[in-house]
Amino acid sequence: MRRIISILMENEPGALSRVVGLFSQRGYNIETLTVAPTEDPTLSRLTLTTYGDDRTIERITKHLNKLIEVVKLVDLSEGEHVEREIMLIKVKASGAQRAEVKRTVDIFRGQIVDVTSTVYVVQLTGTSDKLDAFIEAIGEAQVLEVVRSGVSGIARGEKTLSL
Amino acid sequence: MVEKLSGAEMVVRALQDEGVEYLFGYPGGAVLHIYDAIFQQPKDAENKVHHILVRHEQAATHAADGYARATGKPGVVLVTSGPGATNAVTGIATAYMDSIPLIVISGQVRSDWIGDDAFQETDMVGVCRPIVKHSFMVQRTEDIPEIMKKAFYIATTGRPGPVLIDIPKDKTAPHIKFPYDYPKTVKMRSYTPITKGHSGQTRKAVDELLKAKRPVIYAGGGIIMGEASEELTALARRLGYPVTNTLMGLGGFPATDELSIGMLGMHGTYEANMAMHNSDLILAAGARFDDRATNDASKFCPNAKVIHIDVDPATISKNVTADIPIVGPVKQVLSEMLSMLDEHPGKPDEKAIASWWEEINGWRQVHGLRYETGEMMKPQQVVQALYKATKGDAYVTSDVGQHQMFAAQYYHFDKPRRWINSGGLGTMGFGLPAAMGVQLAYPDAVVACVTGEGSIQMNIQELSTCMQYGLPIKIININNQALGMVKQWQDMQYGGRHSQSYMDSLPDFVKLTESYGHVGMRVDRIEDLDAAMEEAFALKDRLVFMDIYVDPTEHVYPMHIADGSMRDMWLNKTERT
Ligand SMILES: Cc1ncc(C[n+]2csc(CCOP(=O)(O)OP(=O)(O)O)c2C)c(N)n1
Ligand SMILES: [Mg+2]
Repeated sequence: MRRIISILMENEPGALSRVVGLFSQRGYNIETLTVAPTEDPTLSRLTLTTYGDDRTIERITKHLNKLIEVVKLVDLSEGEHVEREIMLIKVKASGAQRAEVKRTVDIFRGQIVDVTSTVYVVQLTGTSDKLDAFIEAIGEAQVLEVVRSGVSGIARGEKTLSL
Repeated sequence: MVEKLSGAEMVVRALQDEGVEYLFGYPGGAVLHIYDAIFQQPKDAENKVHHILVRHEQAATHAADGYARATGKPGVVLVTSGPGATNAVTGIATAYMDSIPLIVISGQVRSDWIGDDAFQETDMVGVCRPIVKHSFMVQRTEDIPEIMKKAFYIATTGRPGPVLIDIPKDKTAPHIKFPYDYPKTVKMRSYTPITKGHSGQTRKAVDELLKAKRPVIYAGGGIIMGEASEELTALARRLGYPVTNTLMGLGGFPATDELSIGMLGMHGTYEANMAMHNSDLILAAGARFDDRATNDASKFCPNAKVIHIDVDPATISKNVTADIPIVGPVKQVLSEMLSMLDEHPGKPDEKAIASWWEEINGWRQVHGLRYETGEMMKPQQVVQALYKATKGDAYVTSDVGQHQMFAAQYYHFDKPRRWINSGGLGTMGFGLPAAMGVQLAYPDAVVACVTGEGSIQMNIQELSTCMQYGLPIKIININNQALGMVKQWQDMQYGGRHSQSYMDSLPDFVKLTESYGHVGMRVDRIEDLDAAMEEAFALKDRLVFMDIYVDPTEHVYPMHIADGSMRDMWLNKTERT
């Protein structure tokens, strides 16, 4: 099962490598990873997605919690949450294709953020599934380059991950 | 006014403020400022830190580790950058696997050279990431006191472990001084070790304990590290339940107590492994269900409920799922169990427990620890002679191999911190340097290092250190002229093909020892063994190397059959369960 683990940790050199290192050391995979400082610059928020059954995820979170720099963490997939990923995608757009691509972008509520006579750069935000669906709709053959941010997430309602 | 100190002086002063007696190390370019600060300590200072110059950095870490295991206080190491630091890696990993508090200070190249592949530059923080509890890289000289305080705090609290402090040379420069004020306390928002177990869980555990008909108390190294030996002993005696210790837990419960059923696991006693397999309740205290203890975890003790007490939540239900997990310091949890028992209306099921003991004693009679004597001396006889000569009251360090298992089986440890071995990593070369740390901690104690001719050669150079500091260790070299444990596996699993497992061209250990200035003895005949032991241990101020030739064909039994359950064992070369 796919999980989203969100970690609040000290914004210190070496902290990120400890998190990433733990996954390879213990034989777990990281699917996506995003990290940036929070509104409090001494803290970083790291979100990662991984696959595993309950037992594996329990082990991962226990080991993550043991890292000295990890302050708190939550498995967002355990409750109601909002998740988003941003994608920048460069697609072929010449001749008759241009209108077709534009229409697909509109359907997916994306934006064309750069244009040349032969390509569009499209920006799209949504769940990872939605981004996958867009790539499929456009057709692999049309795609020149894809950049994805990895998943960010936040719990719905009053729940917060903070000090 | 607050005093101003250089980074190097801060390091040494912080060690003094932490009450560090011994610093085990080896100098080199990146730590020369620190070595100068060590030199410049006032000669008669009460809190002076004594530096012990080893002959190889691996030995520095093992010696500090042995010191820590024997005393419960953190061991401290100082090494230079690059090769000095990488030589320490095996010792750091050894301490990590056994949860031993170590502070390892490594020099680093000057900060403006980091990343340039400078002379003797190694990314020590990177190399050590998976084998330390935490690590620090000093960025600013003025941070040194706080980092030192945090390092000691992290290393010694919760589940202990090694902490690395990597210090670039320029951060210790003698002319750059900052105010020094050693913090009295430390608080970290991201690190709050657990100090108390959940009482509700403990109560549930007590209820289960009183319901049990075939209980076993399975006690690990956490009992020793967590100073819980007294509580464990009181609990076991109160209930009258059998206790088995892990390799790391030996001495946590007195081996000569009638409730002790010996060590469990790969080379555990028949009765301990059988009792575990047939139990209906296991109280695991400070143990981690290591694969060497459980055999195949999926076949582990099919009818047992598991209560698991450990200070490290990640250890609970890692290999074997706990029915009643209790996260907390084992000392506190056990003592709470004792007071709950005081108030509990229930009592152990006397009848059931009596018949459980009958069954256990039956196993003990059929297949208790035993071996066949013959013309040649047996390694087991050597350990028994050692036990006799030291009246069972020595500190015994060991290396890794058959000799280690024989020592664990036949030296009956009645006190915690007496048995000092590398259980988790299984590091050959651990024994002699670890014994140095123990002997320094307790100069008047009897310290024996049980080793093999393979292992001892991995840190034999430390005989020189022992001479320099007058450490009267007794080295019991159980010489089977083979990498015995490897050979045993080859006998059992590889059709007796002894690929690279015999020790050719052995040195004359007696002459070798004498050349270092110590006493060497060779023993070949069982008739001479007791007298030789007496003679060696009578030489109270001298290191004695006893090179004892034993039967090279002996195997360690019982031995778990791979991928089986706890009860699947070889009992000798031909008989199995
Ligand atoms: C550093 C290291 N290398 C290799 C091993 C694998 N190993 C385990 S036991 C053993 C043989 C040890 O021989 P010896 O010290 O003579 O002890 P014996 O088994 O003969 O008693 C070896 C090579 C190890 N544990 N540690
Ligand atoms: Mg040998």
